[in-house]
Amino acid sequence: MNIPEKQLKRVDLIFAETEVYETLEIAFKRDKQEVLNEILESGLRGRGGAGFPTGLKWKFTAEQPSEEKYVICNADEGEPGTFKDREILTRVPLKVLGGMAICGHIIGAKEGYLYLRGEYRYLVAHLDTYLNSFNDWLKKHGIDFTIYIRMGSGAYICGEESALFESMEGKRGEPRNKPPYPTVAGFRNKPTVINNVETLVYATVICKYGASLFKNLGTFDSRGSKVFSVSGDTPVAGIYELDFGMTVERFVEEFGDGDTKAVQVGGASGFCVPRKKFKETIIGFEGVPTGGSMKLFNSSRSMYNVLHNYLDFFHEESCGQCTPCRIGCQQLLHGIEAVKKGEKSTAYLITLLKLAETMKIASKCGLGQSVGNSFKSIVENFKEEMIY
Amino acid sequence: MKNTINLKIDGITVTVDKGETILAAAKRLGIKIPTLCYHEDLCVAGNCRVCIVEQTGMRTLPASCATPATEGMEIFTNSLKVRNARKHIVELLLSEHNADCTKCYKNGNCELQNLASETLVNEPMFLDLVPGNKYTIDKYNPAIIKDDSRCIRCQRCVRTCEELQGVSALSVAYKGSKMKVSAFLEHSLNEVVCTNCGQCINRCPTGALVERNYVDQVWDELLNPNVHVVVQTAPAVRIALGEELGYAPGQRVTGKMVTALKRLGFNSVLDTDFTADLTIIEEGHELLNRLKRALVDKDPTVSLPMATSCSPGWIKFIEHTYPEYLNNLSTCKSPQQMFGALAKTYYAQKRGIDPKNIISVSIMPCTAKKFEANRPEMRDSGYKDVDYVLTTRELARMIKQAGLDFQHLEDSKYDSIMGEGTGAAVIFGATGGVMEAALRTAYEVVTGREVPFEKLRIMPVRGMEGVKEASVLIENTLPEWSFLNGVELKTVVAHGLTNADAVMRKVKNGEGGWHFIEIMACPGGCLGGGGQPIPTNKEIRKKRAEAIYAEDEGLPIRKSHENPEIAMIYSEFLEKPLGHKSHDLLHTTYKPRLRY
Ligand SMILES: Cc1cc2nc3c(=O)[nH]c(=O)nc-3n(C[C@H](O)[C@H](O)[C@H](O)COP(=O)(O)O)c2cc1C
Ligand code: SF4
Ligand code: SF4
Ligand code: SF4
Ligand code: SF4
Ligand code: FES
Repeated sequence: MNIPEKQLKRVDLIFAETEVYETLEIAFKRDKQEVLNEILESGLRGRGGAGFPTGLKWKFTAEQPSEEKYVICNADEGEPGTFKDREILTRVPLKVLGGMAICGHIIGAKEGYLYLRGEYRYLVAHLDTYLNSFNDWLKKHGIDFTIYIRMGSGAYICGEESALFESMEGKRGEPRNKPPYPTVAGFRNKPTVINNVETLVYATVICKYGASLFKNLGTFDSRGSKVFSVSGDTPVAGIYELDFGMTVERFVEEFGDGDTKAVQVGGASGFCVPRKKFKETIIGFEGVPTGGSMKLFNSSRSMYNVLHNYLDFFHEESCGQCTPCRIGCQQLLHGIEAVKKGEKSTAYLITLLKLAETMKIASKCGLGQSVGNSFKSIVENFKEEMIY
Repeated sequence: MKNTINLKIDGITVTVDKGETILAAAKRLGIKIPTLCYHEDLCVAGNCRVCIVEQTGMRTLPASCATPATEGMEIFTNSLKVRNARKHIVELLLSEHNADCTKCYKNGNCELQNLASETLVNEPMFLDLVPGNKYTIDKYNPAIIKDDSRCIRCQRCVRTCEELQGVSALSVAYKGSKMKVSAFLEHSLNEVVCTNCGQCINRCPTGALVERNYVDQVWDELLNPNVHVVVQTAPAVRIALGEELGYAPGQRVTGKMVTALKRLGFNSVLDTDFTADLTIIEEGHELLNRLKRALVDKDPTVSLPMATSCSPGWIKFIEHTYPEYLNNLSTCKSPQQMFGALAKTYYAQKRGIDPKNIISVSIMPCTAKKFEANRPEMRDSGYKDVDYVLTTRELARMIKQAGLDFQHLEDSKYDSIMGEGTGAAVIFGATGGVMEAALRTAYEVVTGREVPFEKLRIMPVRGMEGVKEASVLIENTLPEWSFLNGVELKTVVAHGLTNADAVMRKVKNGEGGWHFIEIMACPGGCLGGGGQPIPTNKEIRKKRAEAIYAEDEGLPIRKSHENPEIAMIYSEFLEKPLGHKSHDLLHTTYKPRLRY
């Protein structure tokens, strides 16, 4: 198939000054359905990784008959190599709060919570100054919606939405069975919208400028722009907002050091794209999705070490409740070690690839289901590095 | 709105109720999907993933225990995808498991072992993770052994302890590969709020939680010619032992059990029912005494409601959780401990045996009784009143060890003395039974008439409802009890400690207005005790309860105060209820314990 090539283009929506209060005043005056239609129309999909259409999520929650609903901003930012939510919260916190208030208005929630990664505790004072005046402003304008901050405490799994609810309810952060989904039974088992920090900012932006500005960026499946956290072997590590849907090749041209052999798209739970596939791979929901983490590796890197590092991370950060993930992660980790040491034959990699496939389909939550992404894409593309 | 759902499982259409899971729907079709973390007494966890199925149109394999059926769903329970994934899951569990079945107490009755056998695992597919993991074995508790190397992290025990027992002595600690089930701060179960109820053991699918067994010690005593070994059997053992020995749930095997115990070499086979009847006399008088002090003497220090004290799991629970209510407990020892104290005094005297040569063994449906027998207070005879406590399961093991063909044993009768029990004692084994037995006696003592219930069946206190209230109006009393005339005696019965907690919270809030509370730590009462045959579920407990009530109605005497051996012990030894000797041997004290 002939894919029309998207050029790399910087965009400035996320961090640009936006009159949030003015945007809200207008949004609150409009018909709720109209505002929701705007979000639906924009094609915005969740920026936390899974990419669920945001408008639909809001719509489903709005349709629930419950009196008690919640909006939660997922600021747990735990994916290795992602650091954009921190930047957003530092630079444009009001736009995040604005997105939450708009969502609350549409779905009929009275409380919003910002679940902040434990390591970002230093941001609380900064956020509080905005939060207090924001809450006051809402009250003054007769809007029954209040936002609170809740702290995480360092477990990666607590970024998974249902584990996050458990954590907020004071329980151990273990993912729940789905269904029911959060739109039906989320925080305190009430209908809940949970969105990534960046998703909520885009919601504010869409309310401000209308759906079309956003919709006209990106590709059919990946509308709009996206904030990337670029790290690894690059001379220009940092945070960039780019038009969505470019190929890895274009990305590497801009950010690589001239010797890029692989790009890990989407962090530990994402996919590794080897050089030979740069050209054909689109960064976006139609290709390799990403919550924002983009890590470049040059030829000095051992992909065995990269994979080992990820598996080490997963075998510690799995919540441990379900069999495929808790034990599977250990088997993959110790399995590649055994192959490397020659204790297991190279054919054992095939066994492990099959196991990774089982983990993908049989694990209880997204963590265990995504371990296979990096495992398969690294083992299949860098088999020699696994063995020698 | 439509309340049924149609779906297709393995090509067969089935109609189920809304909200029913795929697992339940498959069961309707006679398809048994394997499970491990699922237990019908508990909320759904969905963590073992053994029960995965394939659903058309879904990328992932849903866990059938945790996924409600939806209209038009198409499910495959045994597709290639499912088979491969399930095999992986079983292999993974085994790779983390210390699977030396021959050295495991659960060998032969283990859900993991069965699953491994069904799945046909042979050569291990994956690396052995056991040596790399530092598993702990908690063997410092007199009742329960917890061996983490056999734990599959299904959390059934955690859910049991929290949901059914409201204790939460066990919880999940750490994450990832280090995730484990642990007591508070990794203390031994001995050092935490654990009540030793053993409900977690009953629901553990593997050998990770088992009772501490004393089978070998008891054999040593039986084979020692210099000691006289007496054994007592609790009411709930006779209606459940059969399940371990080839009978369906609900079969009574009292006579065969007595024969078997004699064949094992016990010198005297006696009945805890005897001291259950004795409990009714002592506890009944204690209650009437408290009522008199409250109603006639207007004594403000008297503690009401009075609560039963025959369930040692409940005792430890209240010591930890409601220590300010210890005075509300009846001071009566449990029937086991009354028996123990009398075995080495009354029995020894009558039989002319030096109590130091008596070994007293009890067969209990209960693990908490193992702890109770070790309490320092339980030495009123001058010796350890009960030397060894065996569960129903341990007795079955001994019967198998001795090679007895249990099903073909003839029936025999208990020995005497202390072998006579009434129907009122038998029903101690079911929730509500102590209350019913107490009412049968107390009502008659006070009014001179039988309780006004057909065939003595006090139905309001029977059944598996978690909390049952009943009241009896007392009228036309005998002259000495006239202060009770017109009093409506209000009672409440709870089983399972979560229900006990609910009752106690009401008591604390001054609600309920009860005079007398019966609490059993275990769901269903002793018949669902932590030492009973595994598995357990509502259906099995119901069958056992039916057997208990049938046993009651089959006995010639059904009221404790009519037990001739009870009359005899008062005339020969104890003198009178709540008398001096009773006080020394049959009553006890409690101690406040910390929650953490
Ligand atoms: C293991 C795991 C960790 C996750 N961590 C985060 C996170 O840190 N931040 C986030 O926004 N979403 C995270 N997610 C995704 C959330 O579950 C959820 O899909 C997301 O917050 C929804 O927001 P969105 O629709 O705006 O993307 C994680 C998912 C998994 C499975
Ligand atoms: S997949 Fe992993 S993180 Fe998710 S529930 Fe299972 S063990 Fe926990
Ligand atoms: S728990 Fe079961 S599988 Fe494990 S050793 Fe014991 S009998 Fe065998
Ligand atoms: S014995 Fe009872 S109280 Fe103790 S851990 Fe098990 S279920 Fe909880
Ligand atoms: S101890 Fe038993 S019930 Fe508890 S998690 Fe382990 S295997 Fe499951
Ligand atoms: S039985 Fe369904 S996940 Fe364990």
